[in-house]
Amino acid sequence: MQSSILLIVFLPLAAAIVAGLFSGSIGKVPAKLITTGALFASCALSWPIFLAFLGGNAEAQVVPVLQWVQSGDLSFDWALRVDTLTAVMLVVITSVSALVHLYSWGYMDEDPSQQRFFAYLSLFTFAMLMLVTADNLVQMFFGWEGVGLASYLLIGFWYKKPSANAAAIKAFVVNRVGDLGFMLGIFGTFLVFGTVSIPAILEQAPAMSGSSITFMGMRLMTMDILCLLLFVGAMGKSAQLGLHTWLPDAMEGPTPVSALIHAATMVTAGVFMVCRLSPMFETAPVALTVVTVIGGATCLFAATIGTTQWDIKRVIAYSTCSQLGYMFFAAGVGAYGVAMFHLFTHAFFKALLFLGAGAVIHAMHHEQDMRYYGALRKRIPITFWAMMAGTLAITGVGIIDVFGFAGFYSKDAILEAAYARGTGAANFAFWAGAIAALLTSFYSWRLMFLTFWGKPRWADSEHIQHAVHHGHDEPEDHNPAAQEDSGEAVAHHVPSTEEKDGTAGYHPHEAPWVMLIPLVVLSLGAVFAGFVFYEPFVDAEGFWQGSVFFNENLVHTMHGVPLWVKLTATIAMLLGLAIAWLSYIRNPKLPEAAAEQLGPIYRFFLNKWYFDELYNFLFVKPAFWLGRVFWKVLDIGIIDRFGPDGAAWVVRQGSVGAKRFQSGMLNTYALIMLLGLVAAITWVLL
Amino acid sequence: MDYATSFGLIIPELVLTGSGLVLLMIAAFGGEKASRLVSILAAVALGAAGSLTIPALANGAGGDASMAFYGQISADAFSAFAKLLVYAAAIGCLMIAPGFFGQRRAMKPEYPVLVLFATLGMSIMVSATDLMTLYIGLELNSLAAYVLASFLRNDSRSAEAGLKYFVLGALASGILLYGMSLTYGFTGTTSFAGIRAAQEAGLSTGALFGLIFVLAGLAFKISAVPFHMWTPDVYQGAPTPVTTFFATAPKVAAVALTARVALDAFGSQADAWRQIVIFAALASIIVGALGAIGQNNLKRLLAYSSINNVGFILIGLAAATVEGASAMLFYLTTYVVMSLGSFVAVLMLRNGEGENLETFEDIAGLSSTRPGVALCLLALMFSLAGIPPLLGFWAKVEVFNAAIQAGLVPLAVIGIAASVIGAFYYIKFVKVMYFEEPVGRATKGGSAAHWAILIICTLLISPLGFLLTRGLQAMTDTAAAGLFPGV
Repeated sequence: MQSSILLIVFLPLAAAIVAGLFSGSIGKVPAKLITTGALFASCALSWPIFLAFLGGNAEAQVVPVLQWVQSGDLSFDWALRVDTLTAVMLVVITSVSALVHLYSWGYMDEDPSQQRFFAYLSLFTFAMLMLVTADNLVQMFFGWEGVGLASYLLIGFWYKKPSANAAAIKAFVVNRVGDLGFMLGIFGTFLVFGTVSIPAILEQAPAMSGSSITFMGMRLMTMDILCLLLFVGAMGKSAQLGLHTWLPDAMEGPTPVSALIHAATMVTAGVFMVCRLSPMFETAPVALTVVTVIGGATCLFAATIGTTQWDIKRVIAYSTCSQLGYMFFAAGVGAYGVAMFHLFTHAFFKALLFLGAGAVIHAMHHEQDMRYYGALRKRIPITFWAMMAGTLAITGVGIIDVFGFAGFYSKDAILEAAYARGTGAANFAFWAGAIAALLTSFYSWRLMFLTFWGKPRWADSEHIQHAVHHGHDEPEDHNPAAQEDSGEAVAHHVPSTEEKDGTAGYHPHEAPWVMLIPLVVLSLGAVFAGFVFYEPFVDAEGFWQGSVFFNENLVHTMHGVPLWVKLTATIAMLLGLAIAWLSYIRNPKLPEAAAEQLGPIYRFFLNKWYFDELYNFLFVKPAFWLGRVFWKVLDIGIIDRFGPDGAAWVVRQGSVGAKRFQSGMLNTYALIMLLGLVAAITWVLL
Repeated sequence: MDYATSFGLIIPELVLTGSGLVLLMIAAFGGEKASRLVSILAAVALGAAGSLTIPALANGAGGDASMAFYGQISADAFSAFAKLLVYAAAIGCLMIAPGFFGQRRAMKPEYPVLVLFATLGMSIMVSATDLMTLYIGLELNSLAAYVLASFLRNDSRSAEAGLKYFVLGALASGILLYGMSLTYGFTGTTSFAGIRAAQEAGLSTGALFGLIFVLAGLAFKISAVPFHMWTPDVYQGAPTPVTTFFATAPKVAAVALTARVALDAFGSQADAWRQIVIFAALASIIVGALGAIGQNNLKRLLAYSSINNVGFILIGLAAATVEGASAMLFYLTTYVVMSLGSFVAVLMLRNGEGENLETFEDIAGLSSTRPGVALCLLALMFSLAGIPPLLGFWAKVEVFNAAIQAGLVPLAVIGIAASVIGAFYYIKFVKVMYFEEPVGRATKGGSAAHWAILIICTLLISPLGFLLTRGLQAMTDTAAAGLFPGV
């Protein structure tokens, strides 16, 4: 296991270095082969580890890499920690990453700088693996920042697009807010425990429960304050309410990136962190309450927005945000195993949904607006069935004690855990989760119905028109001759019937096989992951081997909840499906009417609760104003004037003066020498 | 101490004297045809003298055992180090001359002979442990130097340079002599050991006057502010190989001599002269930097650069510690390499007609017409500006470190701040060469010898040269220890 974990973590790094630094000399295909190959190798090495933990044949261990910092009391090493929790993350990360690498062969096929893309993807995977194998907080922070960097680079991958750049910066800046919390949390932890080693901290944490510190005249519970700070970091990375604004914008990145980073892996880092530090959080009741409330609120809030968005990727992005909320409140109520379970199943079905959306976008010539989709079921059947599997999984379709799709098991378990916990916050989270389940079902089926059912509405799409009029597979900037040709082609191969039926003569085509294979593989995960892994993740304490806090009592109560609780999620799901069916299949006029009826609320949701506007007003504008003051007044007016510019002026004047003395006249020179001598004599005599 | 031992100790000087006289004969009878032969022989003689000097440095010679002629001259490790540096610089200046003078059909065999005698004078300067020997060495060097400055006697600028150098040099010489006589008058001896002994009780005002005058005379030689005025005019006017020579070997000799006077003869009175040296150091750094900024002529600019560098060297002296002296020698070595390299690079710039180019306009866009020279100049200029990882940076670190260890923190701070001003014009070189429209004037020039020296200098200051620093440091430490007999 020692060598395999080293390979798992460092193969992607090596591949990223080779593909990134030598991209010019090795060419596209080798770069793609190296990165993809490395990821499949990592993946192949990860599953045996996971299965060993699943079968109870492996023990947690730490593989040292090298000494890192040795400074006074602060001492820690690079080390890779492998336990059950890590093993779960390993398979999630490497599997999704390997599939996304493969998928990108098709999706990014026409991109001129593919090497860069694959190098970034592999670099991201390395950083993420570093994060989940961290044995101390600093190494975790290293991975944390590494994934942030890779995310920034990948969101802004199409750096010529201003909106992509803006989104990349937004993601980075919002994450910094969270990172500040995380950093303060790490500092505070070191201050309190005198170490950054995670096992040492977790061991000492129970003893610190109940201790308090004084900060600015306030008595604060030590563990609560530490956990809250760490949770702020988790909120930033996992896009929880308040720090969620970057995630929808991050959809500017290529779709495979959204699937890997902004659905399956990076955004779950916050959940992972809370689970990793779960014994610590267990000693902080206030922090746990906050986690529960924020998780529940995010879960509901993001779902409301998801119901109104038109961009297919944004719908899924808000859905991700909402699902992360589920995971957090599961952790908040103490069901860390359940949170990890949902993380695990969610990785499969959400990556599947994103990759499916990517296949749809690919088929619809970069059109992302669902208003211009419709009737794609027959045109791209494999994608349709894959999306169907994902939707069944996320909406939680299943029958108790028989069979269900992945989300059925994990979501139900979360709601049961929240109900079983019984505290006020947990009850809030339960109801928020139940309503969110209804909304989830509604927006997921809305997506399906708008995309795959109904009549084609492609004719109005600019992208489609562009494709039809200018030849589908031609590059964007073609020569005038080609335009003439295509003009002729339009005239002769667009029969009037097709114009009328809304297809505009466009023929969506199924994605290439490299994109379909990941869809099929992930579909299997979305269908079976819940059914197969429910037992170990939720019920078996032995599986976790103490890597997360396991609340025996809670699990026991959870299984004894009343039947109506167990059925809540299913009922909510059916209701959502019914409303979606009514609104988008039965009576397509209904949504418009409803939007008109509920005008303000609809606009409130459509505009994402005006969070961006609020932040713009509260933070961005004042920051710009302050920046302008610093720039115009302080920097140019004072620092430059008396600093660099002033100094330069003095130097210039001095230079002119020095030149004037240098007259070329011998007598001047001799005089200056003698004056210097006299001055020196005077000096020493005084 | 018998004469045989004494002569044994000054063998390098004897070699130079003998070969100088013989070469003078060859030059006189061989005429211009003999130039090449004389140059080669002079270089060989310098090499031989250098190899005879190595044992003293290797053994860390010092104390009475190295004293010759009853304390007139000392063949200790310090002088050995300085001599090696001087000889090396002199050999470099001999090598670059034929390519320059040959172009103007002005190569004469007197050039190597004069360089040889000047080097002999410097050799004596750095070994002098008596005011008499000091003066003899200094004048021997200066007289040869005055002639060298006006070597192109048909060129009015060269003649003017020679004359200016001579007149001001005579004035400085007078000041020096006056200081020496005052020192003698108040201490009753001319030997450094005697002067040191006479001050055990304290420094009399007369002797203090003497010290100041002596330092002023020497400051002229190292062109420290305010005795620097001749430098830009002479450096610009003199033929470039001669300028290269002035900027390297005599600087080493004069600095070594000043260090010996200050640290040996007046070593117990460091407080008396430290203020003066500090002032000269800072004034040199600042005036050198300010003066260089307005210059368009590259040689003139490099003259200011040398004034600027002397300031940093004096910071090492101001520390008045073994570390300071060691840092001073380290800086001096780096400075010699950088100066030699940059002057040679300037020397190598010629237009189609074979005329030498020496202004900023001429080197605009040099990177496209002469990429090799431009690259070397880039490295040399960054090194002069003190940018890591080039050797110039480490030299600066050494002197500032020594100053800080000696408690002269403000000096170090001001020095560091002022070195930023210097960076301006060094980097201006790079900007002009790499970022301006090529004028394509500098098209050719540069003999094999020029290339060899330029490349060696560039390699020495490059990070590769960093590998040598440990050895160099050991040598400067040994040499510096020779200055502090009591320690």
